[in-house]
Amino acid sequence: MIVDRLDQPPEELEQRTGWSIKPEGACRGEVCVPLASPFDLNDVAKRLRMALVRDEAHALWALGPEASGHSLTSAALPDIALPDRNGRDFELRSLRGTKVIMVAWASW
Amino acid sequence: MVTVALDTGGADAAGPWIDRAKATHPSLIDTAHVLDELLGVVNVPSGVWIDEHGMIVRPPEPAFPWRPRQPSEELLSQLPPIAAEQLREAQKIQIEPERYLEALRDWVRNGERSRYALSAEDVVARSGKRDLARSQAAASFELAQHLQRAGDADDAVRWFREAHRLAPENWTYKRQAWSLADPLQGPTDSYESDWLTEVRKLGPEKYYPAVEL
Repeated sequence: MIVDRLDQPPEELEQRTGWSIKPEGACRGEVCVPLASPFDLNDVAKRLRMALVRDEAHALWALGPEASGHSLTSAALPDIALPDRNGRDFELRSLRGTKVIMVAWASW
Repeated sequence: MVTVALDTGGADAAGPWIDRAKATHPSLIDTAHVLDELLGVVNVPSGVWIDEHGMIVRPPEPAFPWRPRQPSEELLSQLPPIAAEQLREAQKIQIEPERYLEALRDWVRNGERSRYALSAEDVVARSGKRDLARSQAAASFELAQHLQRAGDADDAVRWFREAHRLAPENWTYKRQAWSLADPLQGPTDSYESDWLTEVRKLGPEKYYPAVEL
C-alpha cells in the first residue's frame, strides 16, 4: 500500500493485511505484536516482516505484504471487493454458500 | 464463476472484452493487482477454487477451460510479424485443460470428498513463495502502478523493472509492464526483455507449471 508518511497507521492496513493497530500493538485475531512508541511504520514493517520501499523523488513509500514464506497465510479467502465493468463494487463474501471458481485473466 | 481482469488500465482495458463475452457471471476488474498480492497469482489464466464456507481449496494454478484454436497460416500472415511469432511460440506452451476441467467437475459434484479439494495446510503450502524479496517486489510493483496512473510513466518503468528483478517468476508483473510500453509486448527501450525473448529463454514448456492434480 502507498503511504506518504510513516508516523501514523495507513488507513488500508487492516483491509490489506488483516493487521490492525491497537494500544497493545499490531493485532490480527488473537495475536498481538508489540510495537515501538510513538508509531513508526518502519518498526511495523520490520516486526511483521513486510518490505517498506522508498521512492525518494516522489516522497512516497510502499508497504509490501508479509514475507511469511507463502503467499497465503491461511486458506480462508481474504475479504476482497472489486469493481465490475461499471464501477460497482462486488464483494466475494456475497457468494458464501456456493462453490466458486475465480479465474484471473487480463486483456494484455 | 467469477472472473477478475488484472489490468492497470481498468475498465478502459478490460471492459471491451467483458462486453464482448456477454458474461452473466460477476466480471470484476482488479486495477491494483490485488489478487497477485493477496493470493499469489503470478500468471494468467489462474483459477482459485473457493468452497461454500469461503475457504480456498485450491490456490492459484493454471486454469485453461479448453485448448485455444490453432491460428491458420492465413491469419498469421495478416498479423504484425512480432504477433505472428508470439502466436507460433504460444502453440508450444503446455497446458492441461482436459485434466483441469475433469478435476473441477469432480469437485463440483463431490465437494470436500473430492480428491482434488486440498487441505488448508496444502493450500497454504502450494500458494507460492513469499519471501522478503517477493514482498519488496510487490511494493515496487505497487509504486510503479501508482506512478503510471499519476502519469509518470518514466519513473513507473524503474519500479516495474525492480519488481521484475526481485520476482522473476511473476509473469503478471512483466506482462502488465511490457503491455504498457507496447501493446504487443515486443522489444522496447524501456525493458531489457520482452514476452517472446523471455519465453524462448525459459522454454515454452515451462511457461506454466504443471498442474498437480
